[in-house]
Order: sequence, then C-alpha cells, then structure tokens
Amino acid sequence: MTDLSVDLGFLKLKNPVIGASGTFGYGLEFEPYIDLNRLGGFVVKGLYFSPREGNPPPRLVETPSGLINAIGLPGIGVKRFSEEILPRLQKFNTTIIVNVCGESNEEYASVVEFLDKHDGIAAYELNISCPNVEQDGLCPALSPEATFSAVSLVKKTSSRPIIAKLSPNVTDVVQIALSAEEAGADALSLVNTFLAMAVDIETRKPKLSNIYGGLSGPAIKPIALRITHQVAGRVKIPVIGMGGILTGQDALEYMIAGAKAVEVGTANFIDPESTVKIIEELREYCQKKGIDRIETLIGTLQA
Amino acid sequence: MVKDPQARIVNKKNWKSYFSLSLESPRIAAQAQSGQFIMVRVSAHTQPLLRRPFSIHSKSEKTVEIFFQITGLGTELLSQKKPEDSLDILGPLGKGFEAGKNLKGKDIALVGGGRGIAPLYFLSQKLRSYGATARIFYGGKSQDDLPLKEKFKEDGFDLYWSTDDGSSGFKGFVSDLFKTKLEKLRPERIFACGPELMMKKISLIAQEKNIPAEFSLESVMGCGFGACWGCVRRIKRDNREEWVKICEEGPVFSGNDIIWEEGDE
Repeated sequence: MTDLSVDLGFLKLKNPVIGASGTFGYGLEFEPYIDLNRLGGFVVKGLYFSPREGNPPPRLVETPSGLINAIGLPGIGVKRFSEEILPRLQKFNTTIIVNVCGESNEEYASVVEFLDKHDGIAAYELNISCPNVEQDGLCPALSPEATFSAVSLVKKTSSRPIIAKLSPNVTDVVQIALSAEEAGADALSLVNTFLAMAVDIETRKPKLSNIYGGLSGPAIKPIALRITHQVAGRVKIPVIGMGGILTGQDALEYMIAGAKAVEVGTANFIDPESTVKIIEELREYCQKKGIDRIETLIGTLQA
Repeated sequence: MVKDPQARIVNKKNWKSYFSLSLESPRIAAQAQSGQFIMVRVSAHTQPLLRRPFSIHSKSEKTVEIFFQITGLGTELLSQKKPEDSLDILGPLGKGFEAGKNLKGKDIALVGGGRGIAPLYFLSQKLRSYGATARIFYGGKSQDDLPLKEKFKEDGFDLYWSTDDGSSGFKGFVSDLFKTKLEKLRPERIFACGPELMMKKISLIAQEKNIPAEFSLESVMGCGFGACWGCVRRIKRDNREEWVKICEEGPVFSGNDIIWEEGDE
C-alpha cells in the first residue's frame, strides 16, 4: 500500500495533487467527471471581496502547446461564495484552499477576514501574481517589498495558513520567495503564468482584448520546473510546484526537483479527469519503484 | 455531462471543405438536446492543446453527429480521422434551443449561415417530431458552402437558399433572402446560427416583426464546462449587462438578451 500523503507542516494532504486556481472553477464544475474526494485538494478561483466582471473577450488564445489567458479574475465575491458555494464544498473530504485576490493589501486582508468566519477552508493562497488585472501585468509579486507588505498584512489578519502564489515574470524569483518567507508565508506556490501575447497578422491586432495575457500549459513546464528547483533550494517553507503539469511524470519531475505538492492547471481544461489520472500515475510509479511513501521522493534530485 | 474517451467514428461524410462525423456514444446521445454541443479532443498530443467545441448536428439512439468546416489546425486534424478511429469527447454541454411540444402546429423559421447550419439540422428533426412546420433558410458564400441543401430537400423541408456570389439560389445574404420571404411568410419563432453579422441582422428583423428568436453563439472555449471563464459574451440579465459564459448559460440565447457586436450595418 503506497502512502501518497504529503505533509506541508501546517497541512496534511492525502496526496500531492491539487487543482490549480483559475482552472478548477469553484470545484463543483468537475463533479460530473471526477470524485473530488480523491484529490489532495483544490484551490477555488480567485476571490475579490466584491463580485467582479473580468476582461472583455477574446480572453483566450491557444499557442503551440500552450494557452494564453486574460480572463481578468471574474468572480462572485466572498459573500456569494460563502452562501452558495462553500456549504456545498464542505461535504467533500478533501482540502479546500481559497485563492485570495485584492486590488490593495487592505482588500486581501478584508477577504481573509470575511472568510475566516466560515468553516471548510484549510488555507488561503494569496494571489499576488495575476498578470491580467493591471496594465503591463503589474502585481505585488514583481517586487520583494510589495510581496513582503501584502504577505505580512494578510498573515497578521488570517487565522489560517497563507500560501503565497508567486510570479515568474521577474529577474529572480528567489528574492521574491525569500521576501514572502520572511513576511510569514507558510508555503509558496509557483509559478503563476508567464506574461505573453499573440498577434493576428491579418488584422494586425492582438489576439487578446487585454493585449497581454498569461501563458500556461506544457510550453512553460521546463522553465517553471527550473524556477521551482531554484526556490525550493533556498527557502525553508514548503514549495508547491506548478506549470504545465499534464501527467504523473510531470508531477514527479516537480517533486524530485523539490516541490512538496503540485498544482495541476491547464490540464483540467483538456481533460477534466487529469488530476485523478495523475494521482493514479504517481501511485503506479511508486509501486513500480518500490517507494512506500511518496514523501521520500521530494527533493531527491541527483547531482 | 459525460466523458466518453472512445467514441468510435461510425460514419464520415465530406463535401469539399465540410465534413461530418457520426460518433458512437450511447450515453451522450441519450442526453443530447438540440442546440447543445460536445467538446472533442482532436489530438492525444499537445498540439492543438485544447478540445474543440462542436454543435450536435444530429443524433440517433447510439450516435451523435458533428458537422464542421476546416477553419484551422484542429478541424484539419479532425477531418483526417477515419471511420473506426475513436475520439475522446465530452458532452452534451450547454443549454440548447427552447423548442418543445408547445411549438406543435406552428410555423418556424430556421436560419443558418455557413457552418452555422450544424445545430439547425438536429432542431429541424425535433421540430418535425413535435408537429411543427420548420422552414429552412440556408446561406453560404458560394454553392460549395451549401453542402446540406440536398439533405434538407430529401427530408422534404421547405428550403430557401442564398449565396453571396449568386452561384446558387438567391444572390445576397441569407438575412436579405429571409426579409424578402417575410413579405408572405409569418413564422412564429426564429432559430438561427451563423456569422455574427448574419445573426445580428436576423435579430433586428425579428425585433422589428416582433417574432421571438433564439441564436446559437460560437466562441473559442477553454474547457466547455464552465471552469475557465474564457468564452464570455455580453448578455442582458435583469436590466443590466453581464459577461456570461457561453458554454454554461448558452450557447443558445434569446435575441432580446444578446448585445451584438458593433459595426458593419
């Protein structure tokens, strides 16, 4: 019997596979296709305090082995989430993480303050890295100082663990990661999407209404994996790796490179069963290699 | 909503750049309503990465059929599939046409432009089963863009067709043809699918004549089941406008609710 559970210190997951925010809706969208109880967890779509519209279409453009999105974080806000969605999520035996958004540090804090009064949430993933809400992809995760101030304020406010979700669109993610750690983040999740664009050569217009969007999917995996390895080697808090994970092999690469758990994103669109298939592939790998506990694999990259 | 990882292709038809594939999927066929769609994975690899949405063109007890035109890599790869190959499909998805037994005995106009004819065939069959009279208005750029003309004729529907270049039927847009025919015909309901401008014109005609109309909208989709929020459209809801997910609340919307794109009047 292979033990797939992983311990983040503040949170034990039944397996390392988490549905990534922005690709997993509010979780319920996947109920027709998979048993949500089988997941290590999932992160519900980013929530601002108030409902939000998001960007005009086109919001998506496919590129070779990748997807650029400029959805712009539409959502139902914390009130409707706590009334309409959360009660339905509470019946599942899996880890529910809420992705927390804000236009200011105060908004991040107010989202957390509101949700703290409701049961059924294991942790908050602080979305300081969405490239689609401000011009030129600006977000706190582009600067160590802004990261520090957002994470430290939310950490002070929150009764629950904080996972800071970092951006790859910086010179050195390690510096941002160290800032988040110093500010009190309990874990890091990385990476969010890569700022990207595509052009229609017939009309000479950008293919996204927002001009820029965030690139995800297999196209980014090698870079995201490298960043995960760099960060995991420098921080003491757990790192949740993500970027282009489609298969068990992809997830294993991240874990060997140092990720304690992984988030699966774009794969959910291609196949709503992806998360469950990846869990099965992890189990098969462990059985084949005679690994009793998948945790023993984490950070075992050979020199 | 079912995932069928191995829906076998049992029939394939081809007319120049248009194709149809019949897929064996009893569970999806059992649930399918006219106006709904399926998401098809065209490649097991990562290029193209995402599934592609297709309206359900017809169904039998065990099969659902899709009808498409080659418009890019996804449809090109799909056009190369052969009978006995199988496809990974999700469906049926979305909300279809509001066409029920209440339309019995009524005169209904179905207006399709180009590949937008796809969902209207399924609807025509359903309307007939309810005892409604469906008239088909079918437009294309040229005679090669009307591959389903014979099928509708063989089924005995009243068919009116147009081509932009006049190579077959009425010369001009199908919306102009439709307007001309309204001098004599009095449809009580309109269902339409096609290019944005065509649907916008039909919607204006419908509003002018006070005929309820529904439109099936097309969009790039990330997932098809509401998780990605990628396929939104401006829609009127309770006296305000919202971005609404086409995959979940559509693809069929009432003409009164759709905010049409600007330009090209």
